Amino acid sequence: MPTKIEKDSVTGQMTTGHEWDGIKELNTPMPRWWLYTFYACIAFSLVWVVLYPALPITGATGLLNWTARGALPAQQAAERARIEPMMTRLRAATPEQIAADPELRGFALAGGRVAFANNCAGCHGAGGQGAPGGFPSLADDDWIYGGGFDAIQHVIRHGVRANESDEQRGIAMPAFRSTGMLNAAQVNDTAEFVLSLTGRSTDAAAVTRGETLYAENCASCHGDRGEGNRDLGSPRLNDRIWLYGGDKAAVIHSIAYSRAGVMPSWQGRLDPAMVNMLTVYVHALGGGE
Amino acid sequence: MSVIQPTPPPVEETPLYVSHQKVYPRVVKGAVRRVKWAVVILLLGLYYIVPWLRWDRGPNAPDQAVLVDMGHARLFFFWFELWPQEIYFLTGVLVLAAIGLFAVTSLFGRVWCGFTCPQTVWTDLFMWIERKVEGDRNARIKLDQGPKNRAWWRAKTIKHAAWLAIAMATGGAWIMYFNDAPSVTWAMLTGQAGLTVYGFFALFTATTYVLAGAAREQVCTYMCPWPRFQGAMLDENSLVVTYRDWRGEPRGKPNDPTAGDCVDCKACVHVCPTGIDIRDGQQLECIGCGLCVDACDDVMQRLDRPKGLIAFETLKNLAASEAATKGMAPGAERLAQGMAVRVPQKILRPRTLVYAGVLTAALVVMLGAWLLRETLTLTVLRDRAPLYVQLADGGLRNGFTLKLAQKLRGELALPLVLEGPPGLRLLVQDAALDAEGRPLLTTREDGITQWRALVTAPEGMRLRGSTPITFRLLDAQGRTLLRQSSVFLGPDR
Repeated sequence: MPTKIEKDSVTGQMTTGHEWDGIKELNTPMPRWWLYTFYACIAFSLVWVVLYPALPITGATGLLNWTARGALPAQQAAERARIEPMMTRLRAATPEQIAADPELRGFALAGGRVAFANNCAGCHGAGGQGAPGGFPSLADDDWIYGGGFDAIQHVIRHGVRANESDEQRGIAMPAFRSTGMLNAAQVNDTAEFVLSLTGRSTDAAAVTRGETLYAENCASCHGDRGEGNRDLGSPRLNDRIWLYGGDKAAVIHSIAYSRAGVMPSWQGRLDPAMVNMLTVYVHALGGGE
Repeated sequence: MSVIQPTPPPVEETPLYVSHQKVYPRVVKGAVRRVKWAVVILLLGLYYIVPWLRWDRGPNAPDQAVLVDMGHARLFFFWFELWPQEIYFLTGVLVLAAIGLFAVTSLFGRVWCGFTCPQTVWTDLFMWIERKVEGDRNARIKLDQGPKNRAWWRAKTIKHAAWLAIAMATGGAWIMYFNDAPSVTWAMLTGQAGLTVYGFFALFTATTYVLAGAAREQVCTYMCPWPRFQGAMLDENSLVVTYRDWRGEPRGKPNDPTAGDCVDCKACVHVCPTGIDIRDGQQLECIGCGLCVDACDDVMQRLDRPKGLIAFETLKNLAASEAATKGMAPGAERLAQGMAVRVPQKILRPRTLVYAGVLTAALVVMLGAWLLRETLTLTVLRDRAPLYVQLADGGLRNGFTLKLAQKLRGELALPLVLEGPPGLRLLVQDAALDAEGRPLLTTREDGITQWRALVTAPEGMRLRGSTPITFRLLDAQGRTLLRQSSVFLGPDR
């Protein structure tokens, strides 16, 4: 409250009575309409509080019942309508055609990146780098089911061992130890042979024994020299890329107890245009085939 | 015994708010007014005409000379074109403008306020219309005090209609700086423009109408921050609009020999657009427009006295004249004595030298930045996940995203080569190869092309940790146009 209104001796003007450490404020009256403008702002804010969610109380959405979340679907619908012509073209085109058309390709790579982050990155990593324990890298040059557009799209559409589609990829590898097909020593010998395919075995005698076991039990799917078989989804065993780890313990575990990664089928879950965009994006990640 | 208390002095109650006193500036003719008209015509002409100037930039580019293209994130100014990441050039122009304003203020006072500020310019235009419709000062006062009859309604309607028309032209012209002028004008006239266009049009129409029509001097007195801190730029060597009180006082009748030159005709008060009395000395409300100089000169001329009772004068000279004429009686001798001690304005002083220095430095930096500005840039972003990829044959691969920005028109196809340990292989997805098998990066005119480059170290190279590599973009003659360094990453062990 102003305490001491007095006349300033220098200017002859009255003070407001406010004083800070000896500094006094002259009273220079403003036009009153400024005050009314201030009142109008307060009135505006009151109207705002009544109409819009302004109070930090759950459910206080205001008379207009407006929420940011409630406004989102309309924005999304508008955005979908905006890109619909592009999506129609993407649905009608094959991944090869999309990749050959710079405009479609640019759109597909951008859209595929988002779709990948939303649906795929949880297992395959943000940049398709994969994850230990059976989530294959999509950025390398090793493709279990093939790295062409058709092969990639087939896996996206139908999944792997998820029993969601009749055309799913992947067959079951027998668990040789737990089914009694091989004993512990035989598993060890087979593993030594598998390691020898990449020059990493340490026991020549075991390799010799394992070669026969491998030929009888493994070669039908993984190939005579570990070349793998893309039709069956049997990984190559003669390269540097190991889905479940390439050390002896991991190989023994794979032979003894089998491995069977699962990927859901995305056909029906995703718009066909989005499947096409994902195909082009995944193909571009590691250069495809 | 009773203690006698001194009577407290009577306290005048000054209200915190007053009702607004409307200012009725009178018409004035003279040298300053002529300069002001010239400035008004020049600035308003520039404002309204510039968006319509065309500038040929070739196909696929706007042909508007000055355009802020928000949608495509480009700023066009005649032969300049700025990308958003070069917005600091605009910042630089604003810095130059600010320092220039400081320098001009320290030399010539509030010339910005009085002559070139949009608030002053548009208010001048609105007052001109007001005078044309309602008449000069006395007629307007009479109209406002008189009954609200037919004539009153007629005058007010015409005036506000004209004001609104100018306000709409002003708001409309503002939109044109952000859109193609002919097409946005047509769209607005036919009701096909977007909500944003109409919204900003309405906003700038309203601000022009309210600020130039109603608020006027109150913008300068109560709203504008510039009058508050420009006092820091002014000193006793700055030119300010001043009443030479040593010459004018004491005020009196023209035929009174004991009186000074001021005849107290109040011409200076009546022409003042902010409604103050310059004879009270320097005050915040004075915008330095100098109209009182014209008004007083006119009166002095009619009285056959020398001009310059109110003048653009330095406070230093004012003090000198005052000291020299102290105690002298009014008359020609006092005037001659007062004018004789005046010295030319001191232009070079620490303040103006500092402003000039900063201005020059900013100018040099900006010019240098502009001359060194790259119109073709290559950006290399290395993949963060994965940092490197193990290949089936034991090789390693790193992925990079390359962005090639071409700020000029015209398309290029430039070969890209990789510098690094011999053996590294470079593959750019979807890039054509030149005769020597090098990938060709093509540009998009006034746009960015994006490429994905894969660099492979074959089995046996055993690149561990971080290995420096450099991407080089060559021109047709094989010279290096651009280089960007990065690293090739491999496992640590």
